[in-house]
Amino acid sequence: MGSREADPARTNMPSLIDLRRRIRAVKSTQQITKAMKMIAASRLKRAQERVIAARPFAQRMLKVLNGLVSYVEQDAHPLLRIPPPGVGKPLLIVITADRGLCGSFNSNVIKAAGHFILNETPGRDVALVLIGRKGRDFFRRRGFEIRYEQVGIFQKLAFGAAVEIADEAIEEFTSGAASSVSLVYNEFKSVMSQRIVIERLLPIPRLEGEAAAAPTVDYLYEPAPEQIFKDLLPRHVQVQIYRALIESNAAFFAAQMTAMDAATRNSAEMLENLTLYMNKVRQAAITREIIEVVSGAAAT
Amino acid sequence: MALPTKLTLEVVTPDRALMRDEVDEVVVPGSEGELGILPGHTTLLATLKVGELWYRQGQEKHHLAIAFGFVEVLPDHVTVLAQVGERAVDIDVQRAERAKQRAEQRLARPPSTADFDFERARIALMKSLIRLQVASRARTRA
Repeated sequence: MGSREADPARTNMPSLIDLRRRIRAVKSTQQITKAMKMIAASRLKRAQERVIAARPFAQRMLKVLNGLVSYVEQDAHPLLRIPPPGVGKPLLIVITADRGLCGSFNSNVIKAAGHFILNETPGRDVALVLIGRKGRDFFRRRGFEIRYEQVGIFQKLAFGAAVEIADEAIEEFTSGAASSVSLVYNEFKSVMSQRIVIERLLPIPRLEGEAAAAPTVDYLYEPAPEQIFKDLLPRHVQVQIYRALIESNAAFFAAQMTAMDAATRNSAEMLENLTLYMNKVRQAAITREIIEVVSGAAAT
Repeated sequence: MALPTKLTLEVVTPDRALMRDEVDEVVVPGSEGELGILPGHTTLLATLKVGELWYRQGQEKHHLAIAFGFVEVLPDHVTVLAQVGERAVDIDVQRAERAKQRAEQRLARPPSTADFDFERARIALMKSLIRLQVASRARTRA
């Protein structure tokens, strides 16, 4: 067999060895993506259970708050008051993930945050609270004003993390540094789809007095309803943030699972094409060798 | 309507529903003082402080450490929404012991300018004390 350089027919064609190497590489990548998909699936299951487990608390909380609305002057509480214009700037809480390999999960949130900053904040004057490494890295590189950041909380997600973020947001708002607090995150809709949500957190949107519609119980309040209401509002903010965190966490694993599934399927397709191509190359080589032998024999 | 003879007690924390069971009597740490609840109690909504909740099933008493939140009482149903809730058996005694020491050290220091930290340490101390108390009850019963 002649050397590769001497054979013009083979210069454009990858050698068998190269192809085999390529196939091996794709195969090991596929193994990794497959494993990551399985891991994401099992974590997703747990994350989903947490979302469901957190629901009763949030629902009851809202029910009690709604029941209390009729008792209080809503403008009385600082967390409900709309600040006068010109005071403070909007605060945006951006929840991304700590890791990538999850399709457009992080970039969607960042994009939505970008839109918000462009459209909703006059003069793009905005302060950020960044949860998750991906979002933090993105906005830090671009020199945004960052008030607070949390990285690596998703591995051991606890209510305490939400409490810290909520305290920070409430402090910013009540001190007058923030004119409003909004939240942008991925909501877990289903395994196949996530939805970007932008929510106003503070001032707390006027609670609907559903009390009139739902049959309410005439409670004995201890302490007075106004006092309970005051106690509950900050907890309401905490619960909202906690819900956003666990929703985002579940959505992350769903996105990662889908992305890794697609990657595994893509590599399967790639393997098929490469194998086919490799066989063709091998066939061509064999055919050429036979021709060489035959023509050599004919020449003698 | 005849008075109910049993209470359904539900304890819910932000992360999960901790328990749901039929009980005969519940005592919760209300922010204005302990609240004893028997079946047929009038409807009540009260806030809670850091403290010990216990309930009785027949002769058996069970203890829980809870912190903050509120309780909704209906004649046959008690719902406790607490930020922290732990069954006596689930309490990590060593961790509570460490938390207690930490909080005590912080409180022993002269009060700094930030009263906020002082308040936090005080709450941490209370939580750890309640945890230890509840845990010790679980041990003595066992």
